[in-house]
Amino acid sequence: MNGKIGISLIGVLLLTIVVGLLWMPYDPNAIDLAHSLSSPAAKHWFGTDEFGRDVLSRSMLGARISVLIALGAVGLAISVGTALGVLAGYLRGWTDRLLMMVTDAVLAFPGILLALALMAVLGSSGSSIIFALAIAYTPSVVRVVRGTVLSIREREFIEASRAAGDNAFRTMVRHVLPNIVPPIVVLATSLFGWALLSESALSFLGVGVPPPAPTWGNMLSASRPYMDVASWLSIVPGLCIAGTLLGVNLLGDALRDWLDPRRRS
Amino acid sequence: MLGYILKRLLLTLPTLLLVSVGVFLFIRLIPGDPALVLLGEGADAASLAGVRADLGLDRPLPVQFLTWLGHAVRGDLGRSIFSGEPVSTLILQHFGLTALLVLTAVTLATLIAITAGLVAAWRQDSAIDLAVVGTATVVLAVPSFWLGLVLLLLFGVKLGWLPFVGYVPFSESGVQAALFLVMPIVTLTITESGVLTRMMRASSIDVLQLDYVTHARAKGLPESTVLIRHVFPNAFAPTLTLVGLTLGHLLGGVAVIETVFTLPGLGRLMVDSVLARDYPVVQGCLLFTAVVYVVVNLLVDLCYPIFDPRVTAR
Repeated sequence: MNGKIGISLIGVLLLTIVVGLLWMPYDPNAIDLAHSLSSPAAKHWFGTDEFGRDVLSRSMLGARISVLIALGAVGLAISVGTALGVLAGYLRGWTDRLLMMVTDAVLAFPGILLALALMAVLGSSGSSIIFALAIAYTPSVVRVVRGTVLSIREREFIEASRAAGDNAFRTMVRHVLPNIVPPIVVLATSLFGWALLSESALSFLGVGVPPPAPTWGNMLSASRPYMDVASWLSIVPGLCIAGTLLGVNLLGDALRDWLDPRRRS
Repeated sequence: MLGYILKRLLLTLPTLLLVSVGVFLFIRLIPGDPALVLLGEGADAASLAGVRADLGLDRPLPVQFLTWLGHAVRGDLGRSIFSGEPVSTLILQHFGLTALLVLTAVTLATLIAITAGLVAAWRQDSAIDLAVVGTATVVLAVPSFWLGLVLLLLFGVKLGWLPFVGYVPFSESGVQAALFLVMPIVTLTITESGVLTRMMRASSIDVLQLDYVTHARAKGLPESTVLIRHVFPNAFAPTLTLVGLTLGHLLGGVAVIETVFTLPGLGRLMVDSVLARDYPVVQGCLLFTAVVYVVVNLLVDLCYPIFDPRVTAR
């Protein structure tokens, strides 16, 4: 049931992105000062912003940019984190100890503040956000993957692989990696939600994707001065973020239940 | 017990060392002369030379690190490029408000999580359980700053019940300060209670299935005693860990809430410094929040044996 709601919400999001690639009601960056701050109506379904730009078109383009950034950050964190986590969990010894010390240290910084500081060094752009968020999330991936690998490396089929003369690299890729996919998938869904939230938070704090390119976060941030006269400007992107997060979280819960043999009764 | 405390204390040392290396390297990541980065573009030759000598910028990197660490340990984190005030003074000025905000909100959120989580687990799959899980799931999906903006719009702008722009310190007017803090605290409490409630519910469900709970019930103990005396202590440990992690991160990370409600807290100080490229303050805030995080989690770990004496037995 929850999984179905989750999949439907994600479906709506993907549909919005695909439709947005082919057609948008207006040019998302077209300025029309004569119709600024007009409330939702038949002509502009979600109203217009302070420059008269169509909020629906901007939300559609914003969906594409926000999702691409979140996907990029999660993809980078998952691939680097999985590689390091498998190495730490499988090789143990000093590799493990060193990596754990480094992840402990990175985890000591609040995610948003670490990303914020990195943005100060990297400058504001989409790729810096991806990079900054990936650095902030990689340690959690390393942690989860390492924990799973620790229990897998004691199983018989790993010993069999070693006995058959496979080298460590082959054992890790062919036998360890396929068995840690379920927890990674679950982690990736929750990280995606976090990344989306962090992107909007960073944009809100003024270090996100620079205007005029819309993201849900910078639309929300720009809506602040007009909150009492044009509430739709904050409600629309807010609902977009909340709906997507709800979908991702529900999907993540359903995946966890489905992949966890203990709960699949 | 003493062994456990000592072991836990020793384990934090490498983390703290690595954290400080990271924060030290942060300034070196910025392109350009570190002295210029630390003093800002308008610095004159004499003060640049002064900083270079003070921090040993002509010496090898490891020596520079030790010099910097020596200063940092004594509370000297440099000066703000713009106000010229010592970074440590700025941090302490802003930290009080953030600590008050976060401690209150996390305490409230924990109390909500314990109550809601225990009750939901006790009556699993009932209407109450569905309501708790549903609310927690929705709350998890709402960005804190959006919730803050909505509350601000409703209770600040539309209804005019609560003040929302700026802040009056407690030293000037306790009532005013408290009024300014109501909305930020409510926002934080709501957003943080979601994940804590889910954690408390999940671990309570696991504990409720254990034999000793059946035994306690078979003895004829009332349900309230079973829940409070027998289920709660065992089910709370994972939530306590999560409270520690949340607390540690929020103490530095409430930048967004402080921005929404224009509160002069630590997060806001950091955001303003990032936007103004005031690197010594950014560096100081980073170090401070990371150390706070490590210390808070150390304290949480030291509280652990109260709920689960087995952790010291190893």
